[in-house]
Amino acid sequence: MELKDKLLSSYVAFENRVDTKSDVHDIRSEAFQNFEALGFPTKKLEAWKYTSLKTVLKQDYSIFPNKENNVEFSDVKKYFIHDIDAYKLVFVDGKYNSFLSETTHGDFDVCLMSAALNKQKYKAVIENYFNKIAKQDNLTSLNTAFTEEGAYIYIPKNVEVKKPIQIINFTTGSEAATMLQPRNLIVVEENSQVQIIERHQSLTNNPVLTNAVTEIYADKRAFVDYYKIQNDKTNASLVDNTFIEQQSNSVVSVHTFSFGGNITRNNLNFYQKGQHIDSILKGITIIEGKQHVDHHTLVHHIEPNCESHQDYKGIYDERSTGVFNGKVIVEKEAQKTNAYQQNNNVLVNDKATINAKPQLEIFADDVKCSHGCTIGQLDNEALFYMQQRGIPKKEGKALLMYAFANTVLESVKIPEVKQRITQLIANKLGVDIGFDL
Amino acid sequence: MLKIEDLQARIDDKSILKGLNLEVNAGEVHAIMGPNGAGKSTLANIIAGKEEYDVTNGTIELNGEDISEFAPEERAHSGIFLSFQYPVEIPGVSVTNFIKTAINETRKAKGLEDMPAKDLLKMIREKSELLEIDRKFLSRSLNEGFSGGEKKRNEIFQMAMLEPQLAILDETDSGLDIDALRIVANGVNKLKSKDNAVIVITHYQRLLDYIVPDFVHVLHDGKIVKSGDASLALELEAKGYDWIKQELV
Repeated sequence: MELKDKLLSSYVAFENRVDTKSDVHDIRSEAFQNFEALGFPTKKLEAWKYTSLKTVLKQDYSIFPNKENNVEFSDVKKYFIHDIDAYKLVFVDGKYNSFLSETTHGDFDVCLMSAALNKQKYKAVIENYFNKIAKQDNLTSLNTAFTEEGAYIYIPKNVEVKKPIQIINFTTGSEAATMLQPRNLIVVEENSQVQIIERHQSLTNNPVLTNAVTEIYADKRAFVDYYKIQNDKTNASLVDNTFIEQQSNSVVSVHTFSFGGNITRNNLNFYQKGQHIDSILKGITIIEGKQHVDHHTLVHHIEPNCESHQDYKGIYDERSTGVFNGKVIVEKEAQKTNAYQQNNNVLVNDKATINAKPQLEIFADDVKCSHGCTIGQLDNEALFYMQQRGIPKKEGKALLMYAFANTVLESVKIPEVKQRITQLIANKLGVDIGFDL
Repeated sequence: MLKIEDLQARIDDKSILKGLNLEVNAGEVHAIMGPNGAGKSTLANIIAGKEEYDVTNGTIELNGEDISEFAPEERAHSGIFLSFQYPVEIPGVSVTNFIKTAINETRKAKGLEDMPAKDLLKMIREKSELLEIDRKFLSRSLNEGFSGGEKKRNEIFQMAMLEPQLAILDETDSGLDIDALRIVANGVNKLKSKDNAVIVITHYQRLLDYIVPDFVHVLHDGKIVKSGDASLALELEAKGYDWIKQELV
């Protein structure tokens, strides 16, 4: 059975399990119909021209893993940023794992979407924010239709969350192939601050398809600092749909580190609904083999006096392929916008490919929009220079790549995250020189 | 220490070195002069092991060992240092971390442990003072946005840190004002000893006023066509290269 048919026919079983007499379920049902009409994206769609899900969709995924699978902390410790004190929301095969998690309901809520959807206490927040900015496109609709579990983070006004929050989705591989659809909602009210680290990690080589949706609301003067670490097994694919709405004077930054996986598609969307907003989108992609990473970003400048900064670096080796599609829309009212976009790529191997496409739609006349895109090879002259000083070729290459990606690392605010990313890069490049540039 | 015999090399089918001989012993300073396009920088790059060149004939020996097949880093580990005519900018790598990596990779190749941070810092302090380098400069990205003089001074700083057996200075004087020239030359002179050697590649006599050579060679059309002592450089400065070309005819 095709995956679409399998999903459609399993919806009855899903409805038997969730509360169907709720507003949320009306949203689900509508999204379900939407997905039924749209189906999965194909390469015929402009937005999916360079990313084909065809082979990924052929797997016979288990849609609702029914077994409770436990994992030992010692086995998965390395996937956490374990050297910091953090709140943790851990899901194993789509199910919440209380043993590995650390939630809170103190001054703010770091808990589960399933709880938020069912308890009266959260009703107002769900009503106000759930599925308000998520697009109605095929994959987002599919996720919305099956909304059941994920992270629910609600920070009321004037709260600075001291510890970062880690959201980790593990797949145990106890099923031959697993599909997951986590749904996260993050609401940060006025003057509040939060840092979040997100990771999807498969623990075996069985195929995994994750179709995640995250909605983030940053109210006035809110600060949200978000890190996505994508370093999964080569049989694990991820479609990450993230939607961010910002109100005046808020600052939201999202760093995406794509170091591994089968097909990774990041749909990162920012909507600026106030003035003096800063949106920061940064990414480092380092892949090899036949891996594929696609960054589709959107920054929608709706109001005047806002800024956006995009800086994506990519290093592609062997037959890997990359896509960067950066869309910036500046509405007529959005005067004095300052939109900056930079995308630099290095093709280490001439079999590697990158499709880069800046897309600027500017309707205002008093704006500063710049974009730069480069595709190059490693600088052989620089390599010779390093070798001449005694640094072997492999280490020299690694140092050059690391230096190339460093502008993105510089803005990472959690030192332990920076250190981990540095280590991951060194591991990927097969060197053991301690980079502390 | 260095012995080059009948060296012939080409790049993209263009013959550049056409049978070059050179012998440099410990404690000596050699100057290689010659008009543009004579092959001076090619010689420097080939000794350092740059891969773009095709060495078609001849040998390069360092302390009796043929190094023609050595990778550039292996030559560096054996004690060859090339001060680049155009030092490469490497954004994102600080001077300090670059030199630290270079020193430790060289030590690693020799089976030694990393240099203790305390020793490294002490050495950096001493050598940067020798070359009158501001400490702030060391935390900047390597060569990025450096002036011509800063780049060259930084090359000699690295040379001081790496303590090579054979240093080749490829037009280190170009782009230097007179003060920077004095500082750089002074640095080179202080690093000179009976155990190491220097090859100075230059167009002009100017640098040789400060770094006095024991031997001067004229490179023309891929060969050394004339050798002499320091006075040859003065003669070249006064008369230009044309008379040598004419002598050859």
